[in-house]
Order: sequence, then structure tokens, then C-alpha cells
Amino acid sequence: MSKVFISNIVRFIVLLLLQIALFKNIGYYNFVAGFPYILFVFLLPIALSNLMLFILAFLTGLTVDAFYDSVGVHAAACTALALFRIFFHKITLDVEIKDSFNTPSIGEMGTKWFLSYIFFGSLIHHLFLYMIETFSFSNFLHTLASTILSSIFTVCILLLISLLTYRRKSRISSF
Amino acid sequence: MRNLWLFLVRYNAIFWFILFFAISIVLVVRNNTFQRASFVNSSNVVVGSFYQNVNSWKSYLALDETNRKLADENVLLRQQIQNILHADSTVDSVFLADSIQQGRYEFTVAGVANNSIHQKSNYLTLDKGSLDSIEKGMGVITSNGVVGIVLQTSPHFSVVQSLLHPDTRISVTLDSSEVFGSLVWGNNIDPRFGTVRDVPNHVQVKKGEKVFTSGYSLFPSGIQVGKIEETGLTSGESFLDLKIKLSTDFANLSHVYIVRDLMLEEKSNVEVTTEDHE
Repeated sequence: MSKVFISNIVRFIVLLLLQIALFKNIGYYNFVAGFPYILFVFLLPIALSNLMLFILAFLTGLTVDAFYDSVGVHAAACTALALFRIFFHKITLDVEIKDSFNTPSIGEMGTKWFLSYIFFGSLIHHLFLYMIETFSFSNFLHTLASTILSSIFTVCILLLISLLTYRRKSRISSF
Repeated sequence: MRNLWLFLVRYNAIFWFILFFAISIVLVVRNNTFQRASFVNSSNVVVGSFYQNVNSWKSYLALDETNRKLADENVLLRQQIQNILHADSTVDSVFLADSIQQGRYEFTVAGVANNSIHQKSNYLTLDKGSLDSIEKGMGVITSNGVVGIVLQTSPHFSVVQSLLHPDTRISVTLDSSEVFGSLVWGNNIDPRFGTVRDVPNHVQVKKGEKVFTSGYSLFPSGIQVGKIEETGLTSGESFLDLKIKLSTDFANLSHVYIVRDLMLEEKSNVEVTTEDHE
């Protein structure tokens, strides 16, 4: 239990540093940008209560907002991501897994599940992010294009990070 | 009552979502006004000193470039001094002792602790704050162009709303015809170009013509802003839009000057009394 706690804190700090020191400066103007810090919300333990999940996601977003000078934008997008996470877990996971404190990582859950998890998650997060940032429906196509391209970029980075930190654990042995 | 409770428990995720989402949206909307009362931004001590540390390492990489720019500026200032000395020594020139223009603006040097050009709304963080008597609303320039307007200060840091921000408007004038327009970022994508709006349609504009600040806003008049890159974009019936190449290199800022207008209070007081009479 304490191991889960510590590994999540370390993950939070490392991802945040990566985001604000590296990925904030990478992008195609403001059209395409990567936001790999959302991996922290993706990889929180499965059995975390809904309230706790929302609080953590909100605080993560707010921390990133402080560095981006965009109070509330990332916080709102992360809150939307947390709702997506609850919904996705509800329709794809078995009851036994739902009550475990495992990390929903690529080694734990399998490539197919993880890929669709991060792809749709980034899509939701980026859509809310860009919609709230522009704060209007004008130029919706521009927003949509930038959402999709940024999601692909983010998913590529997330896959890279996941594969670099890959630790194979068979799904059966964890029960 | 019990059914209501069950309903709330069953759909708790949705209700938490609505709560947190509403908080975020309130933060966003409050943040959009010019008077920002929020702590969560990069003038905050923790965030500001983090950026300052990162930048103290990054600045080593740009030392050559910075030195060259400072040397260029020194040359320019030396030439101006020469001109002034010569003007004084000539016998038949008329010397106007204009004390108003001489001491009107005060400049403070500040280092750039953080800078962004890839967002839709870009901000800079400077390493001078209210302890160095920096105030909200002051202009920020660099040796070859304008940078932005101070938005918020803390004791040691200040946040600047960059020219690369949809809300920034700066009054400018053209070199040849002296008509006024307002400089905005305009295209919201490319940090190298800006747009001059509201230039009257009858004005003949040449490509490559220089654009200067007009002195009607926070900035001293005659600071070069950029060169005209493209003309003939019309925004309506009677106004021209001009695309200009900004002379400020936003991707490579290390030192900037904060401008304090000593006559600002007097000027705005006079303007207020005029409005009262109307």
C-alpha cells in the first residue's frame, strides 16, 4: 500500500517536471502540443474512490495551470478526464479488478485495453482543454483538428513512456 | 428520501464532476478579467523561483547572442550621444530646453525568468516585482521592439501579458504617413508576425515601411515595432489591415526594459476632467 503511494508521488513529480520543463516548449506553434502529464491521472490505483479521484485530478490540473498561467483550464480538462476514467473502468473491468489497488498500466492490463484507454482519454482531455481555452464555438474545425493532432502526439509520448517503464506482470498472478 | 439518497450515491461520479467542473469554469472566467486576484500563476514565489532556476541554466546557451545584442545597442546609444553633443556645439541651432520630454520615462532592466510563444495567450515572467516599484499596467520593451504590458506583480516577480496575446492592443504609427493604427497579434499562430488594424483606407502604404509606437499608449513614442510585410488585407469598408514582421524576437528574450511613465497620473487626471465636461 505504501509502495503504491510512493510510486504515485514519484510519478506525479517526474511527469510534472517533464511537462513544464520540456513539453511546454515543444509544439507546432500553438496548434499541436503534447500533455503527457495526464498519465498520472490514467495510472492512479483502480480502486480509488470517486471523490478522491476528482480531487487528485483537479489538483493536478491546477498545478499545471500555475505553470501555464491559465487558471482553471487544465483543472477543468482533468476533471473531465476523471469522469471518463470512471466511465471507462465501469464498462470494461471485472468486479475483482475493480476492488484491487493495482495500477492500470500497460503490463498489467494488456496492450489493447491500455491503448484504447489512453487514446480516448487524451481525446476527451484535449477536446475540453482546447474548447475551454478558446471559450467559443467559432473556429470549431480548427479546435477539432488541433484536438485530434495533439491527442495523437500525446498518445505517442505516453506509449513511449509506458514502454520504457514496462514491467511485465501476468494478469492471472495478480489475483 | 431514501430513494433520493440512493440516486445520489448511484450517480455520485456525475455530481462530483459537475461540482469540480463548475469550480474550474468559475476560475477560468474570473481569470479572464484584467484585474486578476488569483494566486495560482507564475508570479507566485514557488513557481517564479522554479522558472528563475531553470532560466539561469538556460541563459548560458544564449550568452553569445545576448552579448552581441547588448554591444549593438551600445553602438546605437553612443551614436545618439554623439548627435546630441554635435547639436549642442553648433552655434546657429536653437536649443529647446524641454524638461517635460526629458524626464518623462524611467526604465528598469529586468531578466526574463519565463517566456512562452506556443500558447494562444502568451505570458512572460520577469524577475523584478513590486519591491523594485514595478506596477500593474507598465509597458515592457526590449532594445529593438515592444514586448507587452505588466499584468500582475508579486514582491519579487511580475507577469507580463505578451504582445502575443489576443487582448493586447498597442497604438502605433506608420513611418511615412503618420496615421495611427492599433497593433494586435492577429493571426494567433506565428510569433514572428503581427497585424496593424484600423489604418484608414486612403493611406498609401509601402512594403518594408517601418512601424513605430505612437506615444498615445504606455510606451514612449518612436520605438520601432516592425516592418510591413504584406498590404492590402481589408477588414471592412474603410479600414486596412497590414501584416507586419515584428522586430522583437520573442523566441529569444533574455533582458527587457520596464517603462514607467512619470506623467501618467497627470495625463489621466486631465483626461478624466475632459470627459466630465462632456
